[in-house]
Amino acid sequence: MSKNGPLALTFHSLVVVFMLAPLVVVCLVAFTPENTLSLPTAGFSLRWFEAVFERADFLEAFNNSLQLAFLAASLATLIAVPAGLAITRLQFPGRDFLNVLFLSPIIIPHLVLGVALLRLFALLGVNGSFTWLVLAHTVVITPYVLRLVIAAAIGVDRSAEQAAESLGASRFTLFRKITLPMILPGIAGGWLLAFINSFDEVTLSIFVTSPATQTLPVKMYVYATESIDPMMAAVSALVIALTAVTMILLDRVYGLDRVLVGKH
Amino acid sequence: MNSAVPAPATCARQHRDLRGYLLSAPALALFAALLIVPLLLTLVLSFNVFDYEVGIRADHWTFEHYLALLGDSYFLEIFWRTFWISALVTLLCVVIGVPEAYILSRMGSPWRSIFLVVILTPLLISVVVRAFGWSLLLGADGLINHAIQALGGAPMKLLYTPFAVIVALVHVMLPFMIIPVWTSLQKLDPAAEQAALSLGASQAKVMRLVVLPQVMPGVLSGTLIVFGLAASSFAIPGLLGGRRLKMVATLVYDQYLADLNWPMGAAIAIALLLVNLLIMLSWNRMIERRYKKSLG
Repeated sequence: MSKNGPLALTFHSLVVVFMLAPLVVVCLVAFTPENTLSLPTAGFSLRWFEAVFERADFLEAFNNSLQLAFLAASLATLIAVPAGLAITRLQFPGRDFLNVLFLSPIIIPHLVLGVALLRLFALLGVNGSFTWLVLAHTVVITPYVLRLVIAAAIGVDRSAEQAAESLGASRFTLFRKITLPMILPGIAGGWLLAFINSFDEVTLSIFVTSPATQTLPVKMYVYATESIDPMMAAVSALVIALTAVTMILLDRVYGLDRVLVGKH
Repeated sequence: MNSAVPAPATCARQHRDLRGYLLSAPALALFAALLIVPLLLTLVLSFNVFDYEVGIRADHWTFEHYLALLGDSYFLEIFWRTFWISALVTLLCVVIGVPEAYILSRMGSPWRSIFLVVILTPLLISVVVRAFGWSLLLGADGLINHAIQALGGAPMKLLYTPFAVIVALVHVMLPFMIIPVWTSLQKLDPAAEQAALSLGASQAKVMRLVVLPQVMPGVLSGTLIVFGLAASSFAIPGLLGGRRLKMVATLVYDQYLADLNWPMGAAIAIALLLVNLLIMLSWNRMIERRYKKSLG
């Protein structure tokens, strides 16, 4: 039942090509057998992927990023679930302020957060520390978990909770047996979204990482400003593949369109 | 941000109040220590005197960094460039994003959800990867120059120009325009369009009188997000603008990590944050006023 005319469909095709072109080119160039950035016209080769796996610094940065994203997303979930439930279920002075505060990292430029944290970490003498990097990422990605937790908690049918409460269930049992299972898709979706956002983060991280704690996007940024070779394309293709896997998971547990454009 | 959380259905008893603080305490502690305190420290830092020999002089105060922002032509040029590039990117996102969202909303299933995901998922891929993709396309030996030469034209310098920065920023920001417009289109009743058409209104008139008023709040909030993100973007100008084409974010980076003049960098960062917040707040106010007016 397409109601779009040929002009509209042409426009649409151009937009789709525009959105996909840079990603497709990266993936194609990653397979080039040449020494230069070129499309693999004379056969495909895996040599640049092999080159990536021989670079200890890139593997370490990848490992840093995975650990960082895993820890920060988990910590953000641990603090966002109780905060989200408090904001949706309880009435207390300052509730709206907390809601705005916890969502504010979305509208504060990461650049500003980066330099602000650099100052704090320098004064504390902890700049380049992995633990503090995890805490910094946790602040930045908490809004993503919080938003989905709040959406899930508002969507829950309260009658089951009220029934359990009137039957004498303790608050903890109520949370564990009723509320938690019902908001679990929101929590899982929030965790994955937070994971991706932490894994991709570059602007804040560039200020507060040391060579030992450098994340993959920071490593790639620094590498791309100095030299450009097909290995960069191979790393990028691997990042695209990893993101695709996370997105498929996200789609399974929560629904990709719900994450991207909100509930509808 | 401005979506207020509905009040809890049950009437809150007094002792529940404390539980609200208890449950929010871990998040509040983290946000106080790693968001509020660092921002205040940076505000203080921006008034500190900087000496190239001694470094930051924490007990000496000055307004000179803010005065330099207003008077130094080097800074003013970068601010002006950041402003016009962000404004142009925002305009392009409106011109491309609004019709695209409308076309998507008129598609049948399953194409609608397939293309929605295709267009929006680049959002989740690292901005460094996307910048690198554009450098492959726009480079001196890139695909676009190959195409130009194949058509008989002379190769052009595309990379490290405002053009490259603008194209890549539109690519990164377009989903942020399509999402709010799409959301407001979901609220549009297709019957209203059909009714107007069956009553003899032209397609153009339906667009102007039925569809556009409905999507305006979406377009406005998209404009806000896109402008704010573009004005503070770092990786795209850093990788595609080259050394000479600085924007505010790359300028701050240089002040901190190359010049080591942190107080100057802090002043620029604070100014960027304030301008961003100011635009968002005044824009929000304007949308609210319009919305109220249209409700009568």
